[in-house]
Amino acid sequence: MIVMFGKLRSKHDRAVLLIAFWILLALLGPLCSSHDPGAIGMQPVFSGPSMAHLLGTDYLGRDTLARLLNGIRHTVLLCFASTLFSCSVGTFLGIAAVTSRVWVEAVTGRLADGFLSIPSLLFALLVIAVFGTSTGALIMTMGIIYTPGAYRTSRALAQRIARLDFVTVARARGESTPYIILQEILPNMAGPMIADVGLRFIYSVLLLSNLSFLGIGVQPPEVDLGSMVRENMLGMAYGSPAMIVPVIVIAVLTVGINLALDSSSGKR
Amino acid sequence: MNSQLSVLIGRRFLAACTSLAFVIVTVFAITNILPGDATDALLGQGATPEAITAMRHNLGLDQPVFVRFWVWLWGVLHGEFGHSLLNGLSVADVIGPRLHNSLLLAGASAAISVPVSLFLGITSAIWKDTVYDRVISIMTLGMVSVPEFVIATTAVYVFAVRLHLLPALADVGSVHSLRQFLAAFFMPVASLALVTLAQMVRMTRAAMVDTLSAPYIEMALLKGVGPARLILVHAIPNAIGPIINAVALSLSSLLGGVVVIEVVFTYPGIAGLMVDAVSSRDVPTVQACALVFCVTYLLLTTFADIVTILSLPRGRKA
Repeated sequence: MIVMFGKLRSKHDRAVLLIAFWILLALLGPLCSSHDPGAIGMQPVFSGPSMAHLLGTDYLGRDTLARLLNGIRHTVLLCFASTLFSCSVGTFLGIAAVTSRVWVEAVTGRLADGFLSIPSLLFALLVIAVFGTSTGALIMTMGIIYTPGAYRTSRALAQRIARLDFVTVARARGESTPYIILQEILPNMAGPMIADVGLRFIYSVLLLSNLSFLGIGVQPPEVDLGSMVRENMLGMAYGSPAMIVPVIVIAVLTVGINLALDSSSGKR
Repeated sequence: MNSQLSVLIGRRFLAACTSLAFVIVTVFAITNILPGDATDALLGQGATPEAITAMRHNLGLDQPVFVRFWVWLWGVLHGEFGHSLLNGLSVADVIGPRLHNSLLLAGASAAISVPVSLFLGITSAIWKDTVYDRVISIMTLGMVSVPEFVIATTAVYVFAVRLHLLPALADVGSVHSLRQFLAAFFMPVASLALVTLAQMVRMTRAAMVDTLSAPYIEMALLKGVGPARLILVHAIPNAIGPIINAVALSLSSLLGGVVVIEVVFTYPGIAGLMVDAVSSRDVPTVQACALVFCVTYLLLTTFADIVTILSLPRGRKA
Protein backbone atom coordinates (compact mmCIF):
# COMPACT_ATOMS: atom_id res chain seq x y z
CA MET A 1 0.00 0.00 0.00
CA ILE A 2 2.84 2.37 0.91
CA VAL A 3 4.56 1.50 -2.34
CA MET A 4 1.36 2.29 -4.24
CA PHE A 5 1.01 5.62 -2.51
CA GLY A 6 4.60 6.51 -3.23
CA LYS A 7 4.00 5.92 -6.93
CA LEU A 8 0.92 8.15 -6.95
CA ARG A 9 2.85 10.98 -5.36
CA SER A 10 5.62 10.80 -7.90
CA LYS A 11 3.60 10.88 -11.11
CA HIS A 12 -0.03 11.79 -10.97
CA ASP A 13 -0.15 13.71 -7.71
CA ARG A 14 -1.89 16.71 -9.25
CA ALA A 15 -4.63 14.66 -10.91
CA VAL A 16 -5.20 12.62 -7.75
CA LEU A 17 -5.37 15.76 -5.60
CA LEU A 18 -7.83 17.36 -8.03
CA ILE A 19 -10.14 14.34 -8.01
CA ALA A 20 -9.90 14.21 -4.21
CA PHE A 21 -10.82 17.90 -4.10
CA TRP A 22 -13.93 17.35 -6.23
CA ILE A 23 -15.04 14.37 -4.15
CA LEU A 24 -14.60 16.41 -0.99
CA LEU A 25 -16.60 19.25 -2.53
CA ALA A 26 -19.29 16.75 -3.52
CA LEU A 27 -19.51 15.37 0.02
CA LEU A 28 -19.28 18.63 1.96
CA GLY A 29 -20.50 21.24 -0.55
CA PRO A 30 -24.26 20.86 0.03
CA LEU A 31 -23.71 21.46 3.77
CA CYS A 32 -22.19 24.88 3.07
CA SER A 33 -25.35 26.48 1.70
CA SER A 34 -28.11 27.61 4.07
CA HIS A 35 -30.71 27.46 1.27
CA ASP A 36 -32.84 24.42 0.54
CA PRO A 37 -32.07 23.41 -3.08
CA GLY A 38 -35.69 22.38 -3.64
CA ALA A 39 -37.45 25.33 -1.96
CA ILE A 40 -39.50 27.40 -4.39
CA GLY A 41 -39.72 30.81 -2.73
CA MET A 42 -41.17 34.20 -3.43
CA GLN A 43 -38.02 35.32 -5.24
CA PRO A 44 -38.16 36.38 -8.89
CA VAL A 45 -36.98 33.77 -11.41
CA PHE A 46 -33.59 34.08 -13.14
CA SER A 47 -32.51 36.93 -10.86
CA GLY A 48 -28.88 37.97 -10.94
CA PRO A 49 -26.37 37.58 -8.09
CA SER A 50 -27.29 39.28 -4.81
CA MET A 51 -26.30 39.03 -1.13
CA ALA A 52 -29.22 36.68 -0.39
CA HIS A 53 -28.53 34.49 -3.43
CA LEU A 54 -24.86 34.58 -4.31
CA LEU A 55 -25.41 33.10 -7.77
CA GLY A 56 -28.97 34.34 -8.29
CA THR A 57 -32.03 32.12 -8.72
CA ASP A 58 -33.06 29.54 -11.31
CA TYR A 59 -36.17 29.09 -13.49
CA LEU A 60 -38.38 28.36 -10.46
CA GLY A 61 -36.78 31.00 -8.24
CA ARG A 62 -34.66 28.46 -6.34
CA ASP A 63 -31.21 29.34 -5.03
CA THR A 64 -28.68 28.56 -7.78
CA LEU A 65 -25.71 28.04 -5.47
CA ALA A 66 -27.54 25.44 -3.38
CA ARG A 67 -28.64 23.61 -6.51
CA LEU A 68 -25.17 23.85 -8.01
CA LEU A 69 -23.58 22.25 -4.94
CA ASN A 70 -26.18 19.46 -5.12
CA GLY A 71 -25.56 19.09 -8.84
CA ILE A 72 -21.82 18.72 -8.26
CA ARG A 73 -22.58 16.06 -5.66
CA HIS A 74 -24.62 13.96 -8.10
CA THR A 75 -22.29 14.37 -11.06
CA VAL A 76 -19.07 13.66 -9.15
CA LEU A 77 -20.33 10.81 -6.99
CA LEU A 78 -22.25 9.02 -9.76
CA CYS A 79 -19.30 9.26 -12.12
CA PHE A 80 -16.76 8.26 -9.51
CA ALA A 81 -18.82 5.22 -8.53
CA SER A 82 -19.11 4.11 -12.15
CA THR A 83 -15.39 4.74 -12.72
CA LEU A 84 -14.50 2.63 -9.70
CA PHE A 85 -16.71 -0.12 -11.08
CA SER A 86 -15.27 -0.06 -14.59
CA CYS A 87 -11.65 0.25 -13.50
CA SER A 88 -11.79 -2.48 -10.85
CA VAL A 89 -13.69 -4.92 -13.06
CA GLY A 90 -11.47 -3.97 -16.00
CA THR A 91 -8.28 -4.47 -13.98
CA PHE A 92 -9.51 -7.78 -12.62
CA LEU A 93 -10.36 -9.09 -16.09
CA GLY A 94 -7.15 -7.65 -17.58
CA ILE A 95 -4.96 -9.43 -15.05
CA ALA A 96 -7.05 -12.58 -15.34
CA ALA A 97 -6.53 -12.53 -19.12
CA VAL A 98 -2.76 -12.37 -18.67
CA THR A 99 -2.33 -14.84 -15.82
CA SER A 100 -4.90 -17.55 -16.61
CA ARG A 101 -5.42 -19.94 -19.48
CA VAL A 102 -5.39 -18.79 -23.08
CA TRP A 103 -9.13 -19.15 -23.63
CA VAL A 104 -9.86 -16.55 -20.92
CA GLU A 105 -7.98 -13.94 -22.90
CA ALA A 106 -9.62 -15.05 -26.14
CA VAL A 107 -13.14 -14.77 -24.72
CA THR A 108 -12.66 -11.48 -22.81
CA GLY A 109 -10.75 -9.95 -25.70
CA ARG A 110 -13.50 -10.76 -28.22
CA LEU A 111 -16.17 -9.44 -25.84
CA ALA A 112 -14.25 -6.19 -25.33
CA ASP A 113 -13.84 -5.79 -29.10
CA GLY A 114 -17.56 -6.31 -29.53
CA PHE A 115 -18.54 -3.75 -26.89
CA LEU A 116 -16.08 -1.22 -28.27
CA SER A 117 -17.76 -1.48 -31.67
CA ILE A 118 -20.84 0.24 -30.18
CA PRO A 119 -20.42 4.02 -29.67
CA SER A 120 -20.70 4.86 -25.96
CA LEU A 121 -23.54 7.39 -26.14
CA LEU A 122 -25.52 4.97 -28.32
CA PHE A 123 -24.98 2.10 -25.91
CA ALA A 124 -26.12 4.33 -23.05
CA LEU A 125 -29.29 5.31 -24.93
CA LEU A 126 -30.04 1.66 -25.68
CA VAL A 127 -29.58 0.51 -22.08
CA ILE A 128 -31.49 3.45 -20.60
CA ALA A 129 -34.40 2.83 -22.97
CA VAL A 130 -34.76 -0.56 -21.30
CA PHE A 131 -33.60 -0.12 -17.71
CA GLY A 132 -34.69 3.45 -17.08
CA THR A 133 -32.84 6.27 -15.38
CA SER A 134 -32.57 5.21 -11.74
CA THR A 135 -29.27 6.06 -10.02
CA GLY A 136 -28.23 2.40 -9.95
CA ALA A 137 -29.04 1.94 -13.63
CA LEU A 138 -27.02 5.03 -14.58
CA ILE A 139 -23.97 3.93 -12.57
CA MET A 140 -24.13 0.41 -14.03
CA THR A 141 -24.63 1.70 -17.58
CA MET A 142 -21.61 3.99 -17.42
CA GLY A 143 -19.61 1.39 -15.51
CA ILE A 144 -20.20 -1.27 -18.16
CA ILE A 145 -19.54 1.15 -21.03
CA TYR A 146 -16.04 2.01 -19.81
CA THR A 147 -15.06 -1.48 -18.60
CA PRO A 148 -13.71 -2.70 -22.00
CA GLY A 149 -11.39 0.32 -22.23
CA ALA A 150 -10.06 -0.19 -18.69
CA TYR A 151 -9.68 -3.90 -19.47
CA ARG A 152 -7.53 -3.17 -22.51
CA THR A 153 -5.30 -0.73 -20.62
CA SER A 154 -4.76 -3.06 -17.69
CA ARG A 155 -4.22 -6.08 -19.94
CA ALA A 156 -1.53 -4.23 -21.87
CA LEU A 157 0.14 -3.13 -18.63
CA ALA A 158 -0.03 -6.57 -17.05
CA GLN A 159 1.32 -8.21 -20.20
CA ARG A 160 4.34 -5.93 -20.14
CA ILE A 161 5.01 -6.45 -16.44
CA ALA A 162 4.49 -10.22 -16.56
CA ARG A 163 7.38 -10.50 -19.03
CA LEU A 164 9.83 -8.67 -16.75
CA ASP A 165 12.63 -10.43 -14.89
CA PHE A 166 11.36 -9.96 -11.36
CA VAL A 167 8.17 -11.85 -12.22
CA THR A 168 10.19 -14.69 -13.75
CA VAL A 169 12.34 -14.72 -10.60
CA ALA A 170 9.25 -14.85 -8.39
CA ARG A 171 7.92 -17.76 -10.48
CA ALA A 172 11.27 -19.53 -10.18
CA ARG A 173 11.17 -18.99 -6.41
CA GLY A 174 7.94 -20.97 -6.52
CA GLU A 175 5.59 -18.16 -5.52
CA SER A 176 1.89 -18.77 -6.08
CA THR A 177 -0.07 -16.94 -8.79
CA PRO A 178 -2.10 -14.87 -6.24
CA TYR A 179 1.18 -13.75 -4.62
CA ILE A 180 2.64 -12.74 -7.97
CA ILE A 181 -0.51 -10.82 -8.89
CA LEU A 182 -0.81 -9.00 -5.55
CA GLN A 183 2.86 -8.41 -4.76
CA GLU A 184 4.54 -8.12 -8.13
CA ILE A 185 2.07 -7.13 -10.86
CA LEU A 186 -0.54 -4.95 -9.13
CA PRO A 187 1.81 -2.52 -7.32
CA ASN A 188 3.66 -1.88 -10.56
CA MET A 189 0.41 -1.24 -12.46
CA ALA A 190 -0.92 1.26 -9.93
CA GLY A 191 0.69 4.41 -11.33
CA PRO A 192 -0.48 4.07 -14.95
CA MET A 193 -3.89 2.77 -13.80
CA ILE A 194 -4.40 5.99 -11.80
CA ALA A 195 -4.07 7.93 -15.05
CA ASP A 196 -6.62 5.58 -16.57
CA VAL A 197 -9.01 6.17 -13.65
CA GLY A 198 -8.68 9.92 -14.21
CA LEU A 199 -9.42 9.60 -17.93
CA ARG A 200 -12.43 7.35 -17.41
CA PHE A 201 -13.72 9.70 -14.72
CA ILE A 202 -13.66 12.54 -17.26
CA TYR A 203 -15.35 10.35 -19.89
CA SER A 204 -18.14 9.47 -17.46
CA VAL A 205 -18.61 13.12 -16.46
CA LEU A 206 -18.94 14.02 -20.15
CA LEU A 207 -21.32 11.13 -20.82
CA LEU A 208 -23.51 11.75 -17.76
CA SER A 209 -23.69 15.49 -18.47
CA ASN A 210 -24.71 14.80 -22.05
CA LEU A 211 -27.33 12.25 -20.99
CA SER A 212 -28.80 14.56 -18.35
CA PHE A 213 -28.76 17.44 -20.79
CA LEU A 214 -30.76 15.28 -23.21
CA GLY A 215 -33.26 14.61 -20.40
CA ILE A 216 -32.44 10.90 -20.02
CA GLY A 217 -29.88 11.06 -17.22
CA VAL A 218 -30.49 12.25 -13.66
CA GLN A 219 -34.22 13.03 -13.27
CA PRO A 220 -35.90 15.78 -11.21
CA PRO A 221 -36.25 16.37 -8.28
CA GLU A 222 -32.59 15.25 -8.21
CA VAL A 223 -30.23 17.50 -10.11
CA ASP A 224 -26.80 17.15 -11.69
CA LEU A 225 -24.74 19.61 -13.71
CA GLY A 226 -26.12 18.50 -17.09
CA SER A 227 -29.79 18.55 -16.05
CA MET A 228 -29.21 21.97 -14.43
CA VAL A 229 -28.17 23.35 -17.81
CA ARG A 230 -31.18 21.68 -19.41
CA GLU A 231 -33.80 23.04 -17.01
CA ASN A 232 -32.38 26.57 -17.14
CA MET A 233 -32.00 26.82 -20.92
CA LEU A 234 -34.61 29.60 -21.00
CA GLY A 235 -32.36 31.68 -18.76
CA MET A 236 -29.83 31.87 -21.57
CA ALA A 237 -31.65 34.87 -23.04
CA TYR A 238 -31.08 36.77 -19.77
CA GLY A 239 -27.50 35.58 -19.34
CA SER A 240 -28.64 33.90 -16.12
CA PRO A 241 -25.91 32.39 -13.89
CA ALA A 242 -28.27 29.43 -13.33
CA MET A 243 -27.52 28.26 -16.88
CA ILE A 244 -23.97 29.55 -17.35
CA VAL A 245 -22.33 28.57 -14.04
CA PRO A 246 -22.93 24.77 -14.35
CA VAL A 247 -21.44 24.88 -17.86
CA ILE A 248 -18.35 26.58 -16.44
CA VAL A 249 -18.13 24.08 -13.57
CA ILE A 250 -18.23 21.11 -15.97
CA ALA A 251 -15.51 22.72 -18.08
CA VAL A 252 -13.30 23.49 -15.05
CA LEU A 253 -13.72 19.93 -13.73
CA THR A 254 -12.88 18.11 -16.97
CA VAL A 255 -10.28 20.51 -18.39
CA GLY A 256 -8.51 20.67 -15.01
CA ILE A 257 -8.14 16.90 -14.65
CA ASN A 258 -7.19 16.58 -18.32
CA LEU A 259 -4.45 19.18 -17.97
CA ALA A 260 -3.14 17.57 -14.77
CA LEU A 261 -2.98 14.16 -16.50
CA ASP A 262 -1.42 15.71 -19.61
CA SER A 263 1.35 17.43 -17.68
CA SER A 264 2.22 14.32 -15.65
CA SER A 265 2.37 12.10 -18.74
CA GLY A 266 4.59 14.64 -20.45
CA LYS A 267 7.09 14.59 -17.56
CA ARG A 268 7.73 10.87 -17.81
CA MET B 1 -1.74 -5.89 -54.47
CA ASN B 2 0.08 -8.82 -52.91
CA SER B 3 -1.51 -11.78 -51.20
CA GLN B 4 -0.29 -10.85 -47.72
CA LEU B 5 -2.19 -7.59 -47.98
CA SER B 6 -5.41 -9.24 -49.13
CA VAL B 7 -5.14 -11.70 -46.24
CA LEU B 8 -4.85 -8.79 -43.80
CA ILE B 9 -7.82 -6.99 -45.34
CA GLY B 10 -9.83 -10.19 -45.45
CA ARG B 11 -9.13 -10.80 -41.78
CA ARG B 12 -10.19 -7.22 -40.93
CA PHE B 13 -13.36 -7.71 -42.97
CA LEU B 14 -14.15 -10.91 -41.05
CA ALA B 15 -13.61 -9.08 -37.77
CA ALA B 16 -16.06 -6.40 -38.93
CA CYS B 17 -18.65 -9.09 -39.70
CA THR B 18 -18.17 -10.60 -36.22
CA SER B 19 -18.65 -7.17 -34.68
CA LEU B 20 -21.78 -6.67 -36.77
CA ALA B 21 -23.19 -9.97 -35.54
CA PHE B 22 -22.31 -8.99 -31.97
CA VAL B 23 -24.02 -5.62 -32.37
CA ILE B 24 -27.19 -7.17 -33.81
CA VAL B 25 -27.41 -9.77 -31.04
CA THR B 26 -26.66 -7.17 -28.34
CA VAL B 27 -29.29 -4.74 -29.59
CA PHE B 28 -31.87 -7.51 -29.65
CA ALA B 29 -30.77 -9.01 -26.31
CA ILE B 30 -30.77 -5.73 -24.37
CA THR B 31 -34.18 -4.76 -25.64
CA ASN B 32 -35.63 -8.20 -24.85
CA ILE B 33 -34.09 -8.71 -21.43
CA LEU B 34 -36.91 -7.02 -19.53
CA PRO B 35 -39.20 -9.13 -17.36
CA GLY B 36 -42.26 -7.20 -18.47
CA ASP B 37 -42.78 -6.52 -22.14
CA ALA B 38 -44.39 -4.13 -24.56
CA THR B 39 -47.90 -5.21 -23.56
CA ASP B 40 -47.53 -3.66 -20.10
CA ALA B 41 -46.56 -0.37 -21.66
CA LEU B 42 -49.33 -0.53 -24.29
CA LEU B 43 -52.27 -1.65 -22.18
CA GLY B 44 -51.43 0.01 -18.87
CA GLN B 45 -52.05 -1.30 -15.39
CA GLY B 46 -55.76 -1.97 -15.72
CA ALA B 47 -55.38 -4.60 -18.44
CA THR B 48 -57.20 -7.90 -17.98
CA PRO B 49 -55.16 -11.11 -18.29
CA GLU B 50 -57.22 -12.05 -21.40
CA ALA B 51 -56.36 -8.75 -23.10
CA ILE B 52 -52.68 -9.24 -22.31
CA THR B 53 -52.71 -12.78 -23.72
CA ALA B 54 -54.44 -11.62 -26.89
CA MET B 55 -52.04 -8.72 -27.28
CA ARG B 56 -49.01 -10.93 -26.71
CA HIS B 57 -50.29 -13.27 -29.39
CA ASN B 58 -50.86 -10.40 -31.82
CA LEU B 59 -47.35 -9.07 -31.30
CA GLY B 60 -45.84 -12.54 -31.47
CA LEU B 61 -44.50 -12.24 -27.93
CA ASP B 62 -45.76 -15.70 -26.93
CA GLN B 63 -43.14 -17.24 -29.25
CA PRO B 64 -39.79 -18.49 -27.89
CA VAL B 65 -36.90 -15.99 -27.89
CA PHE B 66 -35.06 -17.66 -30.78
CA VAL B 67 -38.13 -17.55 -33.01
CA ARG B 68 -38.67 -13.87 -32.18
CA PHE B 69 -35.00 -13.11 -32.88
CA TRP B 70 -35.26 -14.87 -36.24
CA VAL B 71 -38.44 -13.04 -37.19
CA TRP B 72 -36.90 -9.72 -36.15
CA LEU B 73 -33.64 -10.37 -38.00
CA TRP B 74 -35.55 -11.44 -41.12
CA GLY B 75 -37.49 -8.19 -41.00
CA VAL B 76 -34.35 -6.10 -40.47
CA LEU B 77 -32.67 -7.75 -43.46
CA HIS B 78 -35.68 -6.74 -45.56
CA GLY B 79 -35.75 -3.19 -44.23
CA GLU B 80 -38.71 -3.90 -41.93
CA PHE B 81 -38.08 -2.62 -38.40
CA GLY B 82 -41.56 -3.19 -37.03
CA HIS B 83 -44.01 -0.55 -35.88
CA SER B 84 -43.55 2.23 -33.36
CA LEU B 85 -45.18 1.47 -30.01
CA LEU B 86 -46.06 5.15 -29.75
CA ASN B 87 -48.07 5.85 -32.88
CA GLY B 88 -48.19 2.53 -34.77
CA LEU B 89 -46.38 3.97 -37.80
CA SER B 90 -43.86 1.81 -39.62
CA VAL B 91 -40.45 2.58 -38.11
CA ALA B 92 -38.76 2.33 -41.51
CA ASP B 93 -41.08 5.03 -42.93
CA VAL B 94 -40.40 7.36 -39.99
CA ILE B 95 -36.64 6.87 -40.14
CA GLY B 96 -36.23 7.31 -43.91
CA PRO B 97 -36.60 11.10 -44.30
CA ARG B 98 -34.94 11.74 -40.93
CA LEU B 99 -31.92 9.66 -41.91
CA HIS B 100 -31.62 11.84 -44.99
CA ASN B 101 -31.62 14.99 -42.80
CA SER B 102 -29.02 13.54 -40.45
CA LEU B 103 -26.73 12.50 -43.28
CA LEU B 104 -27.03 16.02 -44.71
CA LEU B 105 -26.05 17.51 -41.34
CA ALA B 106 -23.18 15.09 -40.79
CA GLY B 107 -21.94 15.36 -44.37
CA ALA B 108 -21.92 19.17 -44.35
CA SER B 109 -20.07 19.25 -41.00
CA ALA B 110 -17.50 16.74 -42.22
CA ALA B 111 -16.98 18.77 -45.41
CA ILE B 112 -16.05 21.76 -43.22
CA SER B 113 -14.18 20.08 -40.37
CA VAL B 114 -11.98 17.67 -42.39
CA PRO B 115 -10.05 20.26 -44.49
CA VAL B 116 -9.84 22.76 -41.61
CA SER B 117 -8.53 20.20 -39.13
CA LEU B 118 -6.07 18.73 -41.64
CA PHE B 119 -4.65 22.22 -42.15
CA LEU B 120 -4.52 23.04 -38.42
CA GLY B 121 -3.18 19.61 -37.42
CA ILE B 122 -0.43 19.46 -40.04
CA THR B 123 0.70 23.06 -39.58
CA SER B 124 0.81 22.79 -35.79
CA ALA B 125 2.88 19.60 -36.11
CA ILE B 126 5.31 21.38 -38.44
CA TRP B 127 5.62 24.38 -36.13
CA LYS B 128 5.70 22.17 -33.04
CA ASP B 129 6.29 23.96 -29.71
CA THR B 130 5.72 27.43 -31.15
CA VAL B 131 3.10 29.82 -29.76
CA TYR B 132 0.79 28.82 -32.65
CA ASP B 133 1.05 25.14 -31.70
CA ARG B 134 0.54 25.85 -27.99
CA VAL B 135 -2.58 27.93 -28.63
CA ILE B 136 -4.11 25.25 -30.87
CA SER B 137 -3.18 22.47 -28.43
CA ILE B 138 -4.74 24.23 -25.46
CA MET B 139 -7.88 25.22 -27.36
CA THR B 140 -8.44 21.73 -28.76
CA LEU B 141 -7.74 20.10 -25.38
CA GLY B 142 -10.34 22.43 -23.86
CA MET B 143 -12.87 21.56 -26.55
CA VAL B 144 -12.27 17.82 -26.24
CA SER B 145 -12.77 18.05 -22.47
CA VAL B 146 -16.20 19.69 -22.44
CA PRO B 147 -19.43 17.88 -23.32
CA GLU B 148 -20.79 18.51 -26.82
CA PHE B 149 -23.76 20.49 -25.60
CA VAL B 150 -21.50 23.13 -24.05
CA ILE B 151 -20.11 24.03 -27.48
CA ALA B 152 -23.58 24.03 -29.03
CA THR B 153 -25.19 26.16 -26.31
CA THR B 154 -22.24 28.58 -26.33
CA ALA B 155 -22.70 28.97 -30.07
CA VAL B 156 -26.41 29.67 -29.58
CA TYR B 157 -25.61 32.15 -26.83
CA VAL B 158 -23.09 34.08 -28.90
CA PHE B 159 -24.72 34.08 -32.36
CA ALA B 160 -28.44 33.96 -31.58
CA VAL B 161 -28.82 35.60 -28.16
CA ARG B 162 -26.03 38.18 -28.09
CA LEU B 163 -25.47 39.04 -31.76
CA HIS B 164 -29.00 38.26 -33.09
CA LEU B 165 -27.39 36.98 -36.29
CA LEU B 166 -29.02 33.58 -36.64
CA PRO B 167 -32.09 31.73 -35.40
CA ALA B 168 -31.50 29.39 -32.48
CA LEU B 169 -33.64 26.60 -33.98
CA ALA B 170 -33.13 24.77 -37.25
CA ASP B 171 -36.40 25.33 -39.14
CA VAL B 172 -35.62 22.91 -41.95
CA GLY B 173 -39.23 22.75 -43.15
CA SER B 174 -39.44 26.32 -44.44
CA VAL B 175 -36.35 26.45 -46.61
CA HIS B 176 -37.09 28.23 -49.89
CA SER B 177 -34.04 30.38 -50.59
CA LEU B 178 -30.31 30.13 -50.13
CA ARG B 179 -30.51 32.70 -47.34
CA GLN B 180 -33.04 30.65 -45.42
CA PHE B 181 -31.02 27.53 -46.09
CA LEU B 182 -27.90 29.11 -44.62
CA ALA B 183 -29.84 30.51 -41.66
CA ALA B 184 -31.38 27.12 -40.88
CA PHE B 185 -28.27 25.01 -41.34
CA PHE B 186 -25.41 27.27 -40.35
CA MET B 187 -25.63 26.92 -36.58
CA PRO B 188 -26.11 23.13 -36.33
CA VAL B 189 -23.50 22.45 -39.00
CA ALA B 190 -20.96 24.87 -37.51
CA SER B 191 -21.45 23.51 -33.97
CA LEU B 192 -21.12 19.90 -35.11
CA ALA B 193 -18.03 20.80 -37.15
CA LEU B 194 -16.48 22.43 -34.07
CA VAL B 195 -17.26 19.37 -31.94
CA THR B 196 -15.46 17.00 -34.34
CA LEU B 197 -12.73 19.48 -35.26
CA ALA B 198 -10.92 19.40 -31.92
CA GLN B 199 -10.58 15.61 -31.86
CA MET B 200 -9.46 15.50 -35.48
CA VAL B 201 -6.84 18.26 -35.08
CA ARG B 202 -5.31 16.47 -32.09
CA MET B 203 -5.12 13.11 -33.86
CA THR B 204 -3.83 14.60 -37.12
CA ARG B 205 -1.15 16.51 -35.24
CA ALA B 206 -0.10 13.38 -33.36
CA ALA B 207 0.17 11.37 -36.60
CA MET B 208 2.21 14.11 -38.28
CA VAL B 209 4.50 14.63 -35.27
CA ASP B 210 5.13 10.91 -35.29
CA THR B 211 6.15 10.97 -38.95
CA LEU B 212 8.32 14.07 -38.54
CA SER B 213 10.34 12.42 -35.78
CA ALA B 214 11.25 9.44 -38.01
CA PRO B 215 14.95 8.93 -38.83
CA TYR B 216 14.47 9.35 -42.60
CA ILE B 217 13.15 12.88 -42.05
CA GLU B 218 16.30 13.74 -40.12
CA MET B 219 18.32 12.14 -42.90
CA ALA B 220 16.57 14.27 -45.53
CA LEU B 221 17.18 17.34 -43.40
CA LEU B 222 20.88 16.47 -43.12
CA LYS B 223 21.07 15.98 -46.90
CA GLY B 224 19.99 19.60 -47.20
CA VAL B 225 16.39 19.17 -48.40
CA GLY B 226 14.45 22.45 -48.19
CA PRO B 227 11.54 22.80 -45.71
CA ALA B 228 8.76 22.79 -48.35
CA ARG B 229 10.17 19.72 -50.12
CA LEU B 230 10.77 18.02 -46.78
CA ILE B 231 7.12 18.37 -45.80
CA LEU B 232 5.45 17.80 -49.16
CA VAL B 233 7.65 15.06 -50.62
CA HIS B 234 9.11 13.28 -47.60
CA ALA B 235 6.68 13.70 -44.72
CA ILE B 236 3.12 13.97 -46.05
CA PRO B 237 3.11 10.87 -48.33
CA ASN B 238 4.19 8.78 -45.34
CA ALA B 239 1.79 10.43 -42.93
CA ILE B 240 -1.26 10.06 -45.19
CA GLY B 241 -2.23 6.61 -43.91
CA PRO B 242 -2.19 7.53 -40.20
CA ILE B 243 -3.90 10.85 -40.97
CA ILE B 244 -6.78 9.25 -42.88
CA ASN B 245 -7.07 6.75 -40.06
CA ALA B 246 -7.25 9.65 -37.58
CA VAL B 247 -9.90 11.43 -39.65
CA ALA B 248 -12.10 8.34 -39.98
CA LEU B 249 -11.87 7.65 -36.25
CA SER B 250 -12.75 11.25 -35.43
CA LEU B 251 -15.69 11.12 -37.79
CA SER B 252 -17.07 8.35 -35.62
CA SER B 253 -17.07 10.83 -32.73
CA LEU B 254 -19.35 12.85 -34.97
CA LEU B 255 -22.04 10.27 -34.18
CA GLY B 256 -22.05 11.26 -30.50
CA GLY B 257 -22.07 14.92 -31.48
CA VAL B 258 -25.00 14.46 -33.85
CA VAL B 259 -27.22 13.26 -30.99
CA VAL B 260 -26.62 16.37 -28.89
CA ILE B 261 -26.67 18.88 -31.76
CA GLU B 262 -29.96 17.58 -33.13
CA VAL B 263 -31.62 17.97 -29.73
CA VAL B 264 -30.19 21.44 -29.04
CA PHE B 265 -31.38 22.81 -32.39
CA THR B 266 -34.50 20.59 -32.57
CA TYR B 267 -33.15 19.37 -35.90
CA PRO B 268 -35.46 16.72 -37.41
CA GLY B 269 -32.89 13.93 -37.69
CA ILE B 270 -32.60 10.31 -36.64
CA ALA B 271 -30.66 11.04 -33.44
CA GLY B 272 -33.33 13.38 -32.10
CA LEU B 273 -35.88 10.70 -32.94
CA MET B 274 -33.86 8.15 -30.97
CA VAL B 275 -33.64 10.37 -27.87
CA ASP B 276 -37.43 10.90 -27.98
CA ALA B 277 -37.93 7.16 -28.41
CA VAL B 278 -35.67 6.47 -25.42
CA SER B 279 -37.65 8.89 -23.25
CA SER B 280 -40.93 7.21 -24.22
CA ARG B 281 -39.34 3.72 -24.25
CA ASP B 282 -40.46 3.07 -27.80
CA VAL B 283 -38.31 -0.05 -28.21
CA PRO B 284 -38.71 -0.84 -31.96
CA THR B 285 -37.71 2.71 -32.87
CA VAL B 286 -34.73 2.60 -30.46
CA GLN B 287 -33.64 -0.74 -31.94
CA ALA B 288 -33.77 0.55 -35.50
CA CYS B 289 -31.97 3.83 -34.73
CA ALA B 290 -29.30 2.01 -32.71
CA LEU B 291 -28.70 -0.40 -35.59
CA VAL B 292 -28.36 2.44 -38.11
CA PHE B 293 -25.85 4.22 -35.87
CA CYS B 294 -23.84 1.12 -35.00
CA VAL B 295 -23.56 0.06 -38.64
CA THR B 296 -22.37 3.55 -39.63
CA TYR B 297 -19.82 3.49 -36.81
CA LEU B 298 -18.65 0.03 -37.84
CA LEU B 299 -18.24 1.14 -41.47
CA LEU B 300 -16.14 4.13 -40.40
CA THR B 301 -13.83 2.18 -38.09
CA THR B 302 -13.42 -0.64 -40.60
CA PHE B 303 -12.61 1.90 -43.30
CA ALA B 304 -10.03 3.50 -40.99
CA ASP B 305 -8.35 0.15 -40.34
CA ILE B 306 -8.30 -0.85 -44.00
CA VAL B 307 -6.68 2.48 -44.91
CA THR B 308 -4.04 1.81 -42.26
CA ILE B 309 -3.37 -1.64 -43.69
CA LEU B 310 -3.12 -0.24 -47.25
CA SER B 311 -0.69 2.47 -46.12
CA LEU B 312 1.75 -0.04 -44.61
CA PRO B 313 5.06 0.46 -46.41
CA ARG B 314 5.46 -3.24 -47.18
CA GLY B 315 2.12 -3.18 -49.00
CA ARG B 316 3.01 -0.22 -51.18
CA LYS B 317 6.04 -1.85 -52.80
CA ALA B 318 4.15 -4.65 -54.46
